[in-house]
Amino acid sequence: MARAVGKWVAASAFALLAGLVAPALDGAYAGDAPWLPKPARGQGDKCVADTDWMRRNHMTALLQQRDLTVHDGIRTMRFSLKGCIACHAVKGADEQPVTAESPKHFCRTCHDYAAVRVDCFECHASRPEAGAGAAALPARAATPEAETLARYVRSLKP
Amino acid sequence: MSCGSKSGAGCASGKGCGCAGGQTVDAARRDFLHGAAASAVTLLAAGVTLYSFGPAPAAARAPGERASSSVRYGLLIDAAKCGDGCNECVTACQTENGWRDSGHPQTDAQWIRKLTVKNPKNGATFSLPMMCQHCTDAPCVDVCPTGASFRRADGIVLVDKHTCIGCRYCMMACPYKARSFVHEPLTDQKAHAPRGKGTVESCTLCVHRVDAGRIPACVEACNDTGGGAMLFGDLNDPNSEIAKRIATYRTTRIRADLGCDPGVYYRNI
Repeated sequence: MARAVGKWVAASAFALLAGLVAPALDGAYAGDAPWLPKPARGQGDKCVADTDWMRRNHMTALLQQRDLTVHDGIRTMRFSLKGCIACHAVKGADEQPVTAESPKHFCRTCHDYAAVRVDCFECHASRPEAGAGAAALPARAATPEAETLARYVRSLKP
Repeated sequence: MSCGSKSGAGCASGKGCGCAGGQTVDAARRDFLHGAAASAVTLLAAGVTLYSFGPAPAAARAPGERASSSVRYGLLIDAAKCGDGCNECVTACQTENGWRDSGHPQTDAQWIRKLTVKNPKNGATFSLPMMCQHCTDAPCVDVCPTGASFRRADGIVLVDKHTCIGCRYCMMACPYKARSFVHEPLTDQKAHAPRGKGTVESCTLCVHRVDAGRIPACVEACNDTGGGAMLFGDLNDPNSEIAKRIATYRTTRIRADLGCDPGVYYRNI
């Protein structure tokens, strides 16, 4: 009996705690919590896909588009590393976009926090060339690539 | 019809002995197969497009469309117009793709170089640019253990640096010494020409420009400020300027005897 009551108390406490913490986490995702990274916003109205989707799947999107670009020469799709770099450029003290050497770099803000090292910038430019900005980017495509990719990503999970 | 092999027995079969006789047989057989495939298209036409067969006339590729094997990009270089001291193509390539001399000539990357060739018997010299010859049967593609060295559908031979492990087999296999290995860490690469330490690289025929419907930087520079010796175009399109000139004039391909079918043609060498 005592054990049953204990279980009930534990369950209630967990539910209460979850109720308290969940809104806090929601707020944290919006960038309120001081311990979470705050990646630089892009220059346009919105990202090439929803922020939540990009947060989870940008690596798969980049990986797939990379092969299409290198091997098939398709350069118009929206998940382009060049596009990310151009749109999310962060200016340093000298008013020039910072490279991946700087912890302020868009990619590094999250990757440092998550302790995930990327080697993209051993070959790729980590800052836009002069004159490249959001204006130089292709408009958000109407093709449902994000949805196709989302289905693909889900199909990978066991 | 001699293939130069001492045994001479391998030729009659026509099974890839690399000699002229074998190639003729293979080409005839291939043409026959292409014809058969073309008739198959007419039979299976409902919803089926076999676009890779037959010499279809090339149209400008729409943005977002895959590189097509109906196109074969190539160059025609007229050595008579190539100035002896002119280096415009090399400089343009360096500017476009971001490679440069770092004072280590033994190991510096070199996508294109000028050669001066001298006939020792009569002292006659001429100069020409040498770069990746974008072969159909590229030895660099054959030997690559990871599939990083590949030939795009439209004939441009590239290195997928995501897959390259830097073994440099391709550099040894290339008869033209066209490839380089990056020995030092690099910074501030061009956004359209990623390159980095530990990978092999070579002329890309300015693939980023070609995909945008432009011509390679070396050809543009040669036409603008050089001798106008270089011409870029689709070898498969009989109406293209390059195909017309190749059909009209006597052209040479360097080490054509190797049977790699290079995409770079030279005149007056």
